Amino acid sequence: MSARRSTAAMLLTLAVASAALAGCSQKKDDKASSDAVKVNATDTACEVSKTTFPAGHVVLDIANKGSKTTEVYVYAEGDKIVTERENIGPGTKASITAEIKAGSYEIACKPGMVGDGIRQKITVTGGEGSAAAADPRLTAAVGAYRTYAQEQADATIPAVEAFAAAVKGGDVEKAKSLFAPSRTGWERTEPVAESFGDVDPKTDTREDGLEPGQEWTGWHRLEKSLWADGKIGDEEKRLADQLVADLKDWQKKIPEAEITATGMANGAKELLDEVATGKVTGEEDRYSHTDLADFAANVEGAKKAYELLKPVAAEKDAELAKTLDAEFTALEGLLAKYKQADASYTSYDKVTEAERKTFSDAVNALAEPLSKLAAAVSPK
Amino acid sequence: MDAEQEQQDAASDVAADVASDVASDVALDVAGVGGGGFSRRVVIGWAGAGVALGAAGVGSVAAATRRDDPVPGAPAAVGGDVPFYGEHQSGIATPVQDRLHFAAFDVSASATRESLARMLKEWTRAAAAMTGGREVGSGAASGLPEAPPDDTGEALGLPASRLTLTIGFGPTLFDKDGTDRFGLKAKRPEALIDLPRFKGDNLDPQRSGGDLCVQACADDPQVAVHAIRNLARIGMGTVNIRWSQLGFGKTSSTTPDAQTPRNMMGFKDGTRNIAGSDTARLARDVWVAPGEGPEWMTGGSYLVARRIRMHVETWDRTSLKEQEDVFGRTKGEGAAYGRTREHDDPDLAAMPADAHVRLAHPDSNGGRMILRRGFSFTDGTDGLGRLDAGLFFLAYQRDSRTGFVPLQQRLAASDALNEYIQHVGSAHFACPAGIRKPGEWWGQALFG
Repeated sequence: MSARRSTAAMLLTLAVASAALAGCSQKKDDKASSDAVKVNATDTACEVSKTTFPAGHVVLDIANKGSKTTEVYVYAEGDKIVTERENIGPGTKASITAEIKAGSYEIACKPGMVGDGIRQKITVTGGEGSAAAADPRLTAAVGAYRTYAQEQADATIPAVEAFAAAVKGGDVEKAKSLFAPSRTGWERTEPVAESFGDVDPKTDTREDGLEPGQEWTGWHRLEKSLWADGKIGDEEKRLADQLVADLKDWQKKIPEAEITATGMANGAKELLDEVATGKVTGEEDRYSHTDLADFAANVEGAKKAYELLKPVAAEKDAELAKTLDAEFTALEGLLAKYKQADASYTSYDKVTEAERKTFSDAVNALAEPLSKLAAAVSPK
Repeated sequence: MDAEQEQQDAASDVAADVASDVASDVALDVAGVGGGGFSRRVVIGWAGAGVALGAAGVGSVAAATRRDDPVPGAPAAVGGDVPFYGEHQSGIATPVQDRLHFAAFDVSASATRESLARMLKEWTRAAAAMTGGREVGSGAASGLPEAPPDDTGEALGLPASRLTLTIGFGPTLFDKDGTDRFGLKAKRPEALIDLPRFKGDNLDPQRSGGDLCVQACADDPQVAVHAIRNLARIGMGTVNIRWSQLGFGKTSSTTPDAQTPRNMMGFKDGTRNIAGSDTARLARDVWVAPGEGPEWMTGGSYLVARRIRMHVETWDRTSLKEQEDVFGRTKGEGAAYGRTREHDDPDLAAMPADAHVRLAHPDSNGGRMILRRGFSFTDGTDGLGRLDAGLFFLAYQRDSRTGFVPLQQRLAASDALNEYIQHVGSAHFACPAGIRKPGEWWGQALFG
């Protein structure tokens, strides 16, 4: 993984979300109030006064008539948050103002502030950007992938906390054993993770990827201390805490990531590219030689994106789907040969040049057809 | 899809033939007329070029380009295209181009006979397009913005540059460690032997062998590299590159009126090569005759590839007299000992007994000849600071058992040159006959 990849697969734009969130506590004027969409939230229902309204400044007047504290979200395609309001107590009212473009959305009330919520479909009409309706299967795929990315981030936090605890406890051997597992969730969803330009340089930069003046922090800095230096000092303990904090920041940002079907497809390909350029050479984890663990996580993440897109891709290009199925199986089979009883992988410095060539060929055999997946799920 | 593309290829070629009758100075885009594919070049003149080239007379015509004036009746000028379709594969008897990119491939463990045949069909279509100066598939700069282009694009705007692509099949395609992977074992030609070990060989397995090979020759290195790169890309998953070699500075000539180019030792070598126009000699020594081995090799030829490292540093501090004695010819003119001109018949007896020319000459080898298409190479320096340079030797023959093998045994045993060279890579391939018309594919006779 390089520190600064300009080709962020997910084509991140966070502007939408920040603009939308700005109006949480705005006091509405009379005109807006008359056009406001009323949301009646109860413990079992989420009633919306109208399901079609014009694009632009939209005001939601929310009344919580249930017995539990609730929250209300507006989701764009793929469960991307457009706006939200948390902590609406029983019997209280709240309002949200947001700039909403034309398109299809869902309003969700979440009594008890848990789960996917009770959903209502709404349509925002007019204005530019009212593009042809996307394939609902792709919309669902994007939503499912966002959920996956969130799950991976959520699962990363306890893993990285355990790693950090071992570092802070001064237990070099334990920290070493927890290093690779702490990276799995990140490596599975790396194109999403990387797309937050401010997180990646702090968590996953290698020494040679540093900008002049940049402090070296994150996994690889600790990797070097553990393996090359074999010691843990105060600096390392501080960096362990910072890694946890930075990854929590990443975890919070997943809902804002702009994910599209073609972005998912190209993201899957990029995961394989990461393997082809950094892992197959042993550059990524040069001190720990845990490259194969990252390699496997990259393949798992790419497979997830592919599996979600496959129903549409197979319809448009059956031959491609057949090839991808076969090549994923082949690469998974190859990786399985290097998996140990304790679920770790063979140290990459024990993998011979000839074996690396076999890995390289298998990665190319998958990545090349995978590069055609975007075209197969493109609406054009 | 296959049939459609083939029709398009065919249409392009027909269009080109028609176009050759059109008056000169009419701007034509070959592929544009054909309605399929994309042309990298604009053909600006056809005067005098209305001669279909190639033994079979099928296929495209020599295209004159902006870079070159058409030469009446001359074979493909620099920058033009060499016909892809014909009785024999191009790139064997074709006048030797300036540059080489040679690649040996291994078939992937997961590939099947079917997937291999499918890839060879795709390769053939791409080869026909590239040798015609056209882009692969839907081109380098079109198609969906979200998807990678079909063509890698580094040859955009360049003429065909006399690109030829020649395919060969190695012994391991038929029988690898006793396994008949693709049901081809029975079709392995007897002449496609596992080459014997020659005295002094120091072969690197990573520069030797291969299930398949493609020889790309062109007058522009970018065009040759583009061709191999695109074929490798198409082949990913089915084949992978085992090793490859770039070459520059052809070291032999198949146009015998020309002066023979020099090798990295500064000498002319192999001046007695087979002329590409000498059909009788080609039939005698290069092309496989009907009934000689399996039917699919009729009209084909056997290719031996050897990477020959030259110890140029020690050579350069060798006296001129010794250098000339080693070859048996003068360094300046390149004349054999006792003669004055390069192409004068040599007096073998006038040379030292271990002189290279004396041992390699057809007269010392029962008149047997091989067709050489070697190129110089320089792959930077080795870890000791020595130039990694030498000769990438390529030789085509009707039967390597009577061509290269006895010749090399003789040279390996006593050639004075051996002190300054070492054979470090080796491979042997069976190159089938040519693709006669659009719709046929590389290996069709073998797999069919």
